[in-house]
Amino acid sequence: MSVSDQHDLVSVQTHDFDVAFEYAQLRADNAQDGAIVFFSGLVRDFNQGQDVTGLFLEHYPAMTQKALTGIVKKAKARWPINRVRLIHRVGQLHLSDQIVFVGVSSSHREAAFDACHFVMDYLKKQAPFWKKETTHKGDNWVQTLEKDQKALDKWQKDD
Amino acid sequence: MINVVFFAQLREQLKSDGLSLDIPTPCTVQDVQQSILTSRPEWQDFLSNPALMCAVNQDMVQLTAPVLEGNEVAFFPPVTGG
Repeated sequence: MSVSDQHDLVSVQTHDFDVAFEYAQLRADNAQDGAIVFFSGLVRDFNQGQDVTGLFLEHYPAMTQKALTGIVKKAKARWPINRVRLIHRVGQLHLSDQIVFVGVSSSHREAAFDACHFVMDYLKKQAPFWKKETTHKGDNWVQTLEKDQKALDKWQKDD
Repeated sequence: MINVVFFAQLREQLKSDGLSLDIPTPCTVQDVQQSILTSRPEWQDFLSNPALMCAVNQDMVQLTAPVLEGNEVAFFPPVTGG
């Protein structure tokens, strides 16, 4: 779904994404931007003290796209950024799989760094996704972390 | 009627992904929660968990938020995406 620019993207999908393709979309026909910052999140093999063998990502389909688009709009209102591409996967994922991609282009690196960081911090607290981990001892729902709230508070204090 | 939906660990605890509720509107999310608990007191421990988050028509809100006829009200645990 387009947020404002034809190169913008907000996608919730089961299939994988290609970072090189996403980076190319941020760069293509874009001489005005001197900076691209992107983040990719991966499934790692430990969390909250347990060995993790996989991850299932549940979401609230009617709300997810709306919540992510709202976060991108907030970032665009706050920083002089140009293109934003945001992808979040759902469904069954395995170790080292890509979960999330946030890419931001801007004339200046500070805005791109901050906006990318902001989108990730907001997404972790305000987008309706839930992770269920598979471990050798059984499945368990990932619990929210205080540090994620603190990460969000940092941006809200700046408001 | 309003449509109520549950997600993730809460859905598993309640063994329900949602229900339709006949409740006088306008009301609040808290009224919806109380009305459900009146008919399903066994859900008390899970549905009155203060850590739960809620949404009305796919926007996150507080328990005091208004609910209108035909709205969708969602209850879910703190989100853990990213």
